[in-house]
Amino acid sequence: MSGGTFLGMPAFPRNAAAAVQDSQLRFNLRKATHTIRGKRASVVAELPDWAELRAAGKEIKDHTLRNLDRYLLQLEEAVTAAGGHVHWAADAAEANRIVADLVKATGETSVVKVKSMATQEIGLNEALQEEGITAYETDLAELIVQLGDDWPSHILVPAIHRNRSEIREIFQEKMASYGRAAPEGLTDEPRALAEAARLHLRERFLSTKVAVSGANFMIAETGTLVVLESEGNGRMCLTLPETLISVVGIEKLLPSWRDLEVFLQLLPRSSTGERMNPYTSTWTGAVEGQEFHLVLLDNGRTRVLADEVGRQALRCIRCSACLNVCPVYERAGGHAYGSVYPGPIGAILTPQLRGMGSALDASLPYASTLCGACFDACPVAIDIPEVLVHLRGKARHPRAERLGMRAAGWVFDRPARLAGAQRLGARLRRFVPGRLPGPLAGWTDTRDIPDIPAESFRDWWDRTDGGAR
Amino acid sequence: MRVALFITCVNDTLFPGTGRAVVTLLRRLGCDVEFPQAQTCCGQMHVNTGYPEEGRRLARHFVDVFAEYDAVVAPSGSCAAMVREQYPRLARAGDASFAGEVAETVPKVHDLSEFLVDVLGVTDVGAYFPHRVTYHPTCHSLRGLRLGDRPTRLLEQVRGLELVPLPGAEECCGFGGTFAVKNPAVSAAMCGDKVRNVAGTGAEVLCAADNSCLMHIGGTLKRQRTGVRIMHLAEILAATEATR
Ligand code: SF4
Repeated sequence: MSGGTFLGMPAFPRNAAAAVQDSQLRFNLRKATHTIRGKRASVVAELPDWAELRAAGKEIKDHTLRNLDRYLLQLEEAVTAAGGHVHWAADAAEANRIVADLVKATGETSVVKVKSMATQEIGLNEALQEEGITAYETDLAELIVQLGDDWPSHILVPAIHRNRSEIREIFQEKMASYGRAAPEGLTDEPRALAEAARLHLRERFLSTKVAVSGANFMIAETGTLVVLESEGNGRMCLTLPETLISVVGIEKLLPSWRDLEVFLQLLPRSSTGERMNPYTSTWTGAVEGQEFHLVLLDNGRTRVLADEVGRQALRCIRCSACLNVCPVYERAGGHAYGSVYPGPIGAILTPQLRGMGSALDASLPYASTLCGACFDACPVAIDIPEVLVHLRGKARHPRAERLGMRAAGWVFDRPARLAGAQRLGARLRRFVPGRLPGPLAGWTDTRDIPDIPAESFRDWWDRTDGGAR
Repeated sequence: MRVALFITCVNDTLFPGTGRAVVTLLRRLGCDVEFPQAQTCCGQMHVNTGYPEEGRRLARHFVDVFAEYDAVVAPSGSCAAMVREQYPRLARAGDASFAGEVAETVPKVHDLSEFLVDVLGVTDVGAYFPHRVTYHPTCHSLRGLRLGDRPTRLLEQVRGLELVPLPGAEECCGFGGTFAVKNPAVSAAMCGDKVRNVAGTGAEVLCAADNSCLMHIGGTLKRQRTGVRIMHLAEILAATEATR
């Protein structure tokens, strides 16, 4: 489930080709994404000032990122003044060590977690396991993923690739080994499944003394953390345990409490297609009887910030709207992206955070047709196609492609060369096979190539003097 | 008005009929059409595949060729979007004089339907085409150029033509230039859905403003023996009773 286990996966095209063959997966994904897509579109259309809100969200985030150093220090001061402790983690290893040490200091060997992508990014659960600490996911979908020994495949709906009967099976088989077993005769009715999860989790909440959370936003001015969720499990996690450790990416900052107003409108509408979020929890420093630690995670973020074009990815509020409109995600599924950040945002964020050293990471900027649907849907106007193209410019290219592109460039450099190439193609047109070799075979497997005309347009123009003869 | 035709390398090489249709159509509407022979390619394939240097060189060439004209018309939403979106970005990484030339040339470049509706101010181009047609608004026409309903307004004025809506029209067909080669499985799955939607309309002709997407969808339509023909918007708009 961690970022770590994802590495070593084959490249995106191969993962996607396998996923495309899984008709159940394609059906589940299509149904789920199209449902949320429709809901999102209708609640967004309700707001006459959506474009202004979106622009405001973009501006606030850009301003914060430009002044990140200043606001982070302000946040640290405010959290400390409110009785919390702030820890700075440069990378995954450092963050995991900080959290493990904090948990060990409490003498506990288990923690409850409320959905946090940052801890998945750094592989916290696995790191804690090595120290003898068990982490229990409490978000329903995360629980399904954890019990199923699976990876999340969607930002908001991590178990989007599972259907009801699969979930029932997972509950029946695995719940007992994690705590309270699934009730006898569990059906695959959503109510029954939710009730089983509720009973299982309630026992967990009441007996666990340490919690690990993420946060959707951090407010520099007041030192407040904000979590938006829709099950109430988050609130249980945040309030019941004696020690709360929040691991948050440094880009989640907002300058002031007032800025939250914009995002409390943008996020629920973009993610779940709801007008308002069911549970919005905020906490500032340490409250009565509870100890509070904030681990500020960099893990590549300052490097992303240094890239003029790529930095806009840090505006992301993890709403998942881009996933739900992406035709490639819909067919390839979340696992193909090999990261906790799947879909269009994953295609630009993962290779920036991890670098493009692995075959998988180098293939991610190409996991898009550049159709632009993600950009249109994004509530903070991240120009995902722009960043994809930018990253492709930095990717290492296969030799054959490099030669081909150079050859094409050479032909296009002089119109006479282009005309010559066209004439050669026309002469050989009868010899073009129906199935092309090498990398082009993917094209002719399912498509006919067009007939090559006997005469190019420019030769026609020449011969007829622009149609005059 | 001195109008230059930017044919695009794909049309020039594989779809010369589209170019001839644009010439016929624009002349019928009173334009003085020129074809600057020095033109080659807008550089989209290079830029989108990750070769910005080659792309920048082609952008310079494009600007050199077309700077002197009042208007440049391209029968390709995707190439027009390339010029409009990417050239200013490419110029930003170049020298100041190039940025200036780009800023002057880019606003003169129009996709065909933009040119007809916005510059010439016509929607009825005097075409006749008695067939059932469905229109696919390719991604770059739709979200790059924001062509909106310009192409369908033009088609609605064509005598004899029955325009049938395409379900899931706004979804990408899976071409995406080199995407179709780099991610063939996903590309084919996307195109399969598109073809199912096209065939379901009962249209005889699938029309779009981009021959690249049409080539991709058309290749699948043909492989699956659906009998649906592909036609560029220009070819339908150029058709008259006399041409039949
Ligand atoms: S990139 Fe935009 S649309 Fe995608 S998850 Fe982030 S904020 Fe949402």
